[in-house]
Amino acid sequence: MKVLVAVKRLIDYNVKIRVKPDNTGVETANVKMSMNPFDEIAVEEAVTLKEAGTVDEIVVVSLGPKACQETIRTALAMGCDRGIQVETDAELQPLAVAKLLKGIVEKESPDLIIVGKQAIDDDSSQTGQMLSALLGWSQGTFASKLELADGMTNVTREVDGGLETIKIKMPCVITTDLRLNVPRYASLPNIMKAKKKQIDVFSPDDLGVDVTPRLETLKVTEPQKRKAGAVLENVAELVDKLKNEAKVI
Amino acid sequence: MSVLVLAEHDNQVLKSATLNAVTAAAELGDVTILVAGKDCQGVAEAASKVAGVTKVLHAESDAYANHLAENFAALLVELASDYSHVLAPATTSGKNIMPRVAALLDVAQISEIISIESEDTFVRPIYAGNALATVKSSDAIKIITVRGTAFEAAQPEGGSAAIETISIDKDAGLSSFIGAVLTQSERPELTSARIIISGGRGMQNGDNFKILEEVADKLGAAVGASRAAVDAGFVTNDYQVGQTGKVVAPDLYIAVGISGAIQHLAGMKDSKVIVAINKDAEAPIFQIADYGVVDDLFNAIPELSAELDKALS
Repeated sequence: MKVLVAVKRLIDYNVKIRVKPDNTGVETANVKMSMNPFDEIAVEEAVTLKEAGTVDEIVVVSLGPKACQETIRTALAMGCDRGIQVETDAELQPLAVAKLLKGIVEKESPDLIIVGKQAIDDDSSQTGQMLSALLGWSQGTFASKLELADGMTNVTREVDGGLETIKIKMPCVITTDLRLNVPRYASLPNIMKAKKKQIDVFSPDDLGVDVTPRLETLKVTEPQKRKAGAVLENVAELVDKLKNEAKVI
Repeated sequence: MSVLVLAEHDNQVLKSATLNAVTAAAELGDVTILVAGKDCQGVAEAASKVAGVTKVLHAESDAYANHLAENFAALLVELASDYSHVLAPATTSGKNIMPRVAALLDVAQISEIISIESEDTFVRPIYAGNALATVKSSDAIKIITVRGTAFEAAQPEGGSAAIETISIDKDAGLSSFIGAVLTQSERPELTSARIIISGGRGMQNGDNFKILEEVADKLGAAVGASRAAVDAGFVTNDYQVGQTGKVVAPDLYIAVGISGAIQHLAGMKDSKVIVAINKDAEAPIFQIADYGVVDDLFNAIPELSAELDKALS
């Protein structure tokens, strides 16, 4: 079985982001970049499936500027077999990403696609579902457990009320939630080996995809900041404040 | 403008997240609610009574019994051309279904809007709510999910919309429902509770959540948790408040043993009053709390319970 994993390069989750003074976006220059944490979970799941003998080959894809190759190398060091970059400096929105990934799927014919449930920069949570729709495949979103069986996958999903399990036909698109696994750190020998693994590069034109954004960002602003309040002496004072000052109990 | 809202329900009860989406929809135009399910006549009737709703579409099928995305998306795509906007609450169900609809219509989705500037311009949080983007859509049909905390709930009574039965049965044949393990609780739902008390890594284990539950029951509150507490297995995933869990904005949010990672703050910083109880005076949660108590939670929570008995008696 062949698995395709898609990974996004974005501002590291530990960085406190800054809105640009001209309100055109968020400052990305000289900021630490990493793989989207949910995509690390996607890579880990694919590698685990390969180690279990269920999967023969893992192809990792990333879309964006040249520097995305670093993110692809990280995934290769975690255990993916080869990489594909779709190189573009254009802004990519989820629909365009889904179309580009569909183009790659048509070249690679994977049996399973695993992506993160959401990228922690735009917080859209759309790409996996859109890709599944464009391919006419089934989808298992927000997955916390996967059980692959003959032509079918049982997916346990994190939903608002708890957990639900669905059975979906393969090929399918899975989007990962936090509890699916704990991603590994790449070992130094594996990082060295990853440098020799193959990365093919395509352009959106090669795939015949128009990536023009459908949403125009008019401005990006900072939300209203909360101010720190009072540190109280004890719980009795807290209850008094909640009752008589804030009047919330 | 005609706006279609996808109802969130469990075939028995219309979920309150639908009411917030109706308020957003009413800012855009005439509101039609789609109730698709199995034996969900009662939900359709409840939807027809929601204030501000002009029509209810009611679709019955085995294929709609469990909100499977493939089947719901096929139904919505068939209906969408009659509407300028299609909205759903930004619940796990709405987030699962709507991007699929958008892709099939070849339009963008605008996720988790928190304000409506005009018929094509919306504000949505990015970077865990640390920035707000104002975006303008150029698509003919706007596919939108609505963050419930940003819009008041529509009144559940007072409307008298006509119910129209539609016989579109879409079974994509790609997926089936096996089962669910849902948390049963007498307490209010996290996303609609007026008061929430949440525990973090500082709770040390799942049993210790009992002391929070005791306080919650005195306040009529819901119980939540940080990601750290869920990852550690103290409580189940449906408790999680944060960027990738539930977003809440109650009148009172009490954070207990929670340090205040930005991913957690993303889910609760719009609460009206925030209380932090933590033994670490340097914890970032104190920077956004209206009231802080620096104390070991295992002293403070039993004391809080006792003080509430006095104050509420």
